[in-house]
Amino acid sequence: MLSFVAQRVVKGVIVLLAIVVLNFFLIRLAPGDPAIVMAGEAGASDQVFVKQLREKFGLDKPLPEQLFIYVKGVATLDLGFSFRQQAPVAKLIGERLPATLLLTLTAFAISLTLGILFGTFAARFAGTFLDTGITIFALIFYAMPIFWVALMGILLFSVTMDWLPSFGYETVGANLTGLAHAVDVAKHLIMPAMTLGLFFMATYTRMTRASMLEVKRLDFVKTARAKGLSDAVIQRRHVLRNALLPVVTLAGVHSGTLIGGAVITETVFAWPGIGRLMYDALLQRDYNLLLGVFVICSAMVLIFNLITDLVYRLVDPRIEYAT
Amino acid sequence: MKQFWKSMLRSPSGVIGLIILLLAISVAVFGPMLFPNSPWRMVQRPFLPPFTLSAVPLGTDALGRDVFAGMIFGARVSLLVGLVSTLVALVVGVPIGAMAGYFGGKVDDALMRFTEFFQTIPSFALAIVLVAILQPSIYSIVASIAVVSWPPVARLVRGEVLSLRTREYVQAAVVTGQSNSWIILREILPNALSPVIVLASLMVATAILLESSLAFLGLGDPNLISWGYMVGAGRTVIRQAWWITVFPGVAILISVLGLNLIGEGLNDALNPRLSREGR
Repeated sequence: MLSFVAQRVVKGVIVLLAIVVLNFFLIRLAPGDPAIVMAGEAGASDQVFVKQLREKFGLDKPLPEQLFIYVKGVATLDLGFSFRQQAPVAKLIGERLPATLLLTLTAFAISLTLGILFGTFAARFAGTFLDTGITIFALIFYAMPIFWVALMGILLFSVTMDWLPSFGYETVGANLTGLAHAVDVAKHLIMPAMTLGLFFMATYTRMTRASMLEVKRLDFVKTARAKGLSDAVIQRRHVLRNALLPVVTLAGVHSGTLIGGAVITETVFAWPGIGRLMYDALLQRDYNLLLGVFVICSAMVLIFNLITDLVYRLVDPRIEYAT
Repeated sequence: MKQFWKSMLRSPSGVIGLIILLLAISVAVFGPMLFPNSPWRMVQRPFLPPFTLSAVPLGTDALGRDVFAGMIFGARVSLLVGLVSTLVALVVGVPIGAMAGYFGGKVDDALMRFTEFFQTIPSFALAIVLVAILQPSIYSIVASIAVVSWPPVARLVRGEVLSLRTREYVQAAVVTGQSNSWIILREILPNALSPVIVLASLMVATAILLESSLAFLGLGDPNLISWGYMVGAGRTVIRQAWWITVFPGVAILISVLGLNLIGEGLNDALNPRLSREGR
């Protein structure tokens, strides 16, 4: 187990390194000489200042050396400086990360729980109205763009019914503490988390249903039935446990999409996470910040994939990770 | 072929999907001829509610532009970007997957590591970064969507080729001294085609969603109106004018739904064994 974890971590680090290198070249592709852009942003673009900047950031050095400096910087969590926001990129991201984690993990929990639940129901009552209903419901949510679901949620629950706040992380100026604060944040969290969760819920529903119907026909289920076990026990202990394997795999594959969805959701709901930060960086063409967020997103996906691999191993002890 | 259409038309999802797609394509192709009004032109007072004037059936946006005209012209961009970026992704993914599966060994290892690398990078974030750096235009949008969507194609084709490579008819072709490229192109790929077609139809749907999301964030081609752009533009005035965001969103929903249904119908028609298992 330990060597398996170590192997995965090493592999993840190598991929991350490759992403950082890719990032370096993307920065070089960005329009404009970085030094001139920076000087312009700092409000003084005379030759001396540009030259100073070039020296300070090592832009006068040959490309491989620049790459080395950049990778070394990222390794020590130095992601560069955002001149628009007048703060180090790493600091900006660090401030926003908890909000994104709260949003994505809540959405993930919602989508997985509801998806497995609906999928199980659909498979249990395959061919009935309930099954058709759930299938159509899943198909529709699977086809809706996240930003539109978000806006329709606002239209319905904030504008028309006035039940939920339409933006932000907490009520500004309320200065709530303790439980009242938690409730306030939860109220703000419901809509973004549901918006983000519904799309993935639809995929998990479809996957769970298909997978359960497939497992149901296998011999060991017949054996269980022949032993006289009740239907509920067979569904829960025999079918569901085996049917969940592809769902776990899918959850791992989807972690990148989840982060992408967070960018959209946070933008619409003004949720103060790194997705919103990415959007702001985009609007201001703040490439340092944009690419910094990109590296962190990639790192998050790698960590998430590692966790899914471990969960997969726990759910299915048969799997041996030999390489 | 006849058999294929027969089973395709037997599955209800396939039929509904085909109808939706045909409708969307005809809107995209003929719509702009029937409604020559530029979607950028001011035609009425701003914030005209829908269903009040028959000339502008879906009302106007914050600048008095015709929402209906925007939706018709937007169909072109959505479908075009969806189709072309999928084609580009296939052109990249199929050869990579075929070579990995056919040659195996080190070639397979190298190509699959490369594919996995692209699959690990969060796709939407990469698309945002690419379009932002290359500057938004229809070309950079198509390129970015293709870059983030080819890995599943490569993996699928690799798997198919891997299992077909050991078949006897392929062995026979090897024995008769056919060249590798001839065997891959003429013997293996035609037999690996059906799952790729199913995947491609679903990829067009995903590409449309991606394009609309990019346009929503302001990364659309500034010269072309698209559904995502319209929703994005209507976002700030959603409290006064719901219709600006609602209608283009419905258009995206219906097109994506149609393509997903076609994917299911194709799956039923091309892999009849698999589809019966689902019942």
